[in-house]
Amino acid sequence: MAEVLFIGLSLASILLLIALGLSITYGTMGVINMAHGELVMFGAYVTVLGITHLHLNFFLCLPLAFIVTGAIGYAIERLLVRRLYGRLVDTLLATWGVSIILIALIRVEFGLAFFGVHVPGLGPGLQNVPIPAILSQPVALWEGFVFQPYRSFIIVATLGLVVLTWWILSRTAFGMQVLAVSRNRTMAACCGINDKRVNAWTFAYGSGLAGIAGVMLSGFKTVFPDMGTPFVIDGFLVVVVGGVGSLLGTTVSSGILGELTGFIASVTNDILARAVVFAVIIAIIITRPRGLFAFKGR
Amino acid sequence: MRVDRRKFLAGAAAGAATVTGVPHLWIRDMDQVWAQDAKEIKVGVLYSLTGTTAIIEKSMSQVTQLAIDQLNKKGGVLGRKVVPVIEDPASDPKTFSEKANKLVVGDKVPTVFGSYTSASRKAVLPVFEKRNNLYWYPTYYEGFECSKNVIYTGAVPNQQQENFVPWIIKNLGKKKFFIVGSNYIYPREMAKVCKILVEKNGGQWIADEYLELGHSEWGAMVKKIKDSGCDVVYSNVVGDSVVAFYREYKNQGLDMRKLPICATVTSEIEVQAMGPEFAVDSYTSFPYFQSVNNAANHKFVEDYKSFAGKDAVTHHALECAYFQVFLWAQAVEKAGKIEPEAIREGAKGQEFDAPEGHVKIEAENLHTWLTPRIGQVQSDGQFKIVDEYKAPIRPLPYSAYGETNDNLFCTAKGLDASKLKKT
Repeated sequence: MAEVLFIGLSLASILLLIALGLSITYGTMGVINMAHGELVMFGAYVTVLGITHLHLNFFLCLPLAFIVTGAIGYAIERLLVRRLYGRLVDTLLATWGVSIILIALIRVEFGLAFFGVHVPGLGPGLQNVPIPAILSQPVALWEGFVFQPYRSFIIVATLGLVVLTWWILSRTAFGMQVLAVSRNRTMAACCGINDKRVNAWTFAYGSGLAGIAGVMLSGFKTVFPDMGTPFVIDGFLVVVVGGVGSLLGTTVSSGILGELTGFIASVTNDILARAVVFAVIIAIIITRPRGLFAFKGR
Repeated sequence: MRVDRRKFLAGAAAGAATVTGVPHLWIRDMDQVWAQDAKEIKVGVLYSLTGTTAIIEKSMSQVTQLAIDQLNKKGGVLGRKVVPVIEDPASDPKTFSEKANKLVVGDKVPTVFGSYTSASRKAVLPVFEKRNNLYWYPTYYEGFECSKNVIYTGAVPNQQQENFVPWIIKNLGKKKFFIVGSNYIYPREMAKVCKILVEKNGGQWIADEYLELGHSEWGAMVKKIKDSGCDVVYSNVVGDSVVAFYREYKNQGLDMRKLPICATVTSEIEVQAMGPEFAVDSYTSFPYFQSVNNAANHKFVEDYKSFAGKDAVTHHALECAYFQVFLWAQAVEKAGKIEPEAIREGAKGQEFDAPEGHVKIEAENLHTWLTPRIGQVQSDGQFKIVDEYKAPIRPLPYSAYGETNDNLFCTAKGLDASKLKKT
């Protein structure tokens, strides 16, 4: 039973990891970023390249991925999203296009493949990410329950990121500006907040979180160019169920969905688990259309 | 939009130039427009370069081109240069069908080399049967097919499982099988054959579970394996899921030496991607491993590494994609003409010294005689060959239904459906 709960907790933490960045970009800015999964994938590839070429420690890849994907997110916002404010469907399409470009960039190794140059760590194949030794030895505890250090590391790190995000949003001046802009952009601008700059940095932060998610997932999920696509779907489900714009909502809904998936998968199988979870999500959306912890009033 | 005269004239000129320059648009038979080039033979190369199965198929496309290069260096086939027409079906069976149509009907190639997944082969089969063309399929598959328009150069279950299951029961002493696979035709059919062999050899299969292709969350499944009381895991998992599976296996504390994974699809590529430490002491059954020790294989591995990079690895499907090109060349030379039916007749009985050893195309069912081997993963990511047949054995695509060497179900006359009994 403890193992089933642990699996559920681990699934929840992975969902939360991905949904956190999405809840920032979608929740506070109302921008549907279809390229979010690809930013996660980029974080994974930064890890692969960092370990292969720069001989970095796995943990050092975390801030590196944050910076790289944050920069890409900043660029996406300034070049693309900014011109499409208020046009939700157009943003969706544009960011979908960005996601295709990002996948293709990895596949053709940023253009080098056309010249016959192969960079180890890029290309359409599977990539290997070696996990640091302290995280890779499972420890057998009581009653056949095996302590998995890597999954536990992800749970701890995710909670840390949630706390960090909450702290930034509620205890710093920048966070206050983010919340102001997301509630009422025009009024915030009238009060002297540079809403365009705030949006750019918000998007960059959300994308940076995606990069960190990519680093942590690269340790036990397969790293290949299409790995990001399934993540963005799960991420949106979590954000929408939790309530757009609510950090607590995202956390709680990822916990519920993760534990539910883990429990049903252990009893029957993963395919049925997914179907049941979708049914539950539909039920929640029908009864509470704005999610579990919707922000009241706009 | 206002169309003024200038724009109209420019558009009309562009349109006229396009139509005259690309006669495909308005002339149906291309032979009337450009003379057939007597110095070239075009062949279709149909492997995914993008999408999920590009992981394996891109290398198969490249090794086909390598083989064609080597052929051309030796003077080509029938004195003509072989030109590959490369298409990318993007890991989607429907696109496979469209591209196959384009190659056979549009480019009029006499032969196409292609496919990795059974789903894609099934999707293109109608094209080749309807147009009486020839498809060379290099990947090991589940059998149960007898098309006279396909030459199958990969292993069928009797060449992969008939040696494997008895070996597991006798040599490893494991009797309780937990069968796990990806949810599509190949793993399901392989599981059918496995169950028959397990019961025939005195073992017992405890479970038969499936997860979607590409599924990467194995926590619950591995826990099921732990709780099931099995002593060996028989894996028909395909593709990138393999990496997540083996990693989760070790992360949950399972030991390959006590509870080994015996796989039919895990090759050098997946082992390299997951990191050898996650696969050490597991087993796979293939006719070919990169570690096969003969001169032809050493040269092949060397050629491939100088072509694809020193970290590249070779594997069974890759090696079949490579040697089938040479078998094709021999078939064309024997046929003397470049027509699919003649090439097929020329291919029957063709023999070649492939990197895995001697291979021969069986004249009755168009499958290939291969040498079954079993390999154990070592810490460097290569396989140590722990079991090997002395000579290649005959392919029996219907072995699970009772086909034997003396009682062939699939012959040159076609499939004898009356022999298929309900299993």
